[in-house]
Amino acid sequence: MLVRPKPGILDPQGEAVQRSLRQLGFPVGEARVGRVVDLELENGDPERARAELERMCEQLLANPLIESYEISVTPE
Amino acid sequence: MSDSPKIAVVVFPGSNDDRDAALALEQLGADPVLVWHAERELPPVAAVVLPGGFSHGDYLRCGAIARFAPVMAAVRRFADEGGLVLGICNGFQVLCEAGLLPGVLRPNASLSFVCRDVPLRVERTDTPFTTRAERARRLTIPVKHGEGCYFADEELLAELEASGQVVLRYESNPNGSLADIAGLVNEAGNVFGLMPHPEHAVDPLLGSSDGRLVLGSLVDAATAA
Repeated sequence: MLVRPKPGILDPQGEAVQRSLRQLGFPVGEARVGRVVDLELENGDPERARAELERMCEQLLANPLIESYEISVTPE
Repeated sequence: MSDSPKIAVVVFPGSNDDRDAALALEQLGADPVLVWHAERELPPVAAVVLPGGFSHGDYLRCGAIARFAPVMAAVRRFADEGGLVLGICNGFQVLCEAGLLPGVLRPNASLSFVCRDVPLRVERTDTPFTTRAERARRLTIPVKHGEGCYFADEELLAELEASGQVVLRYESNPNGSLADIAGLVNEAGNVFGLMPHPEHAVDPLLGSSDGRLVLGSLVDAATAA
């Protein structure tokens, strides 16, 4: 799961990263910092796994007021 | 219960201002009861305080994990029935994550931890948490937090302002909070959250005793409850 600050939401972490990268000489534009959550699931069915992950994001992993999320499922 | 109202102070793993809150309430004439987060029921109390600290290490987002503590279901029922609930700092963050107060607290705009006395303006003295502040509309109370930047979207902020839910504002904003918001109540007016720590300002020896006005108001309201 990828959780990131919604567009338009002030992201002081992203700003700090942008400043540091520019100081190092990388001419970067806007930087945004989010969070990655890697999870192993026993659930064999990718569709059901995706639905379950969505509920996890809604309930705990993201705060919908300020964060959006993306889910990707990789069967092993 | 009229003489010495019982007030629950919830203790989460990582709370660190629970004892200061209890001590301050006791000095103000209340009978504080520490309640562990794993409890499913609250003892019979006239008010509940969620104290400051770093519940569950503040992992993920501050307050995000504590809101699922068993005791929080009881706190929600208590609040729904009109019970008085005060959240200080981490307690404020927990109340926001739990949806008992609107909005969210984010990392300070400066990304630095702030720890200092801040001047506050009291916008309302008709809440159960601010009646004693009538004579002193300006308070000096310390903040100490890394994630106290209040955020609400435009629509929500307009609602909060229209309904007069902003109770405390910073006179000098330490964290980038929207509209200088330092503390706010829910629509019903029985749940209050603030980032400054009134329990650390209850004795002139500590630099200010303005915190007594906030906690004393709560004790008054709990006595009447």
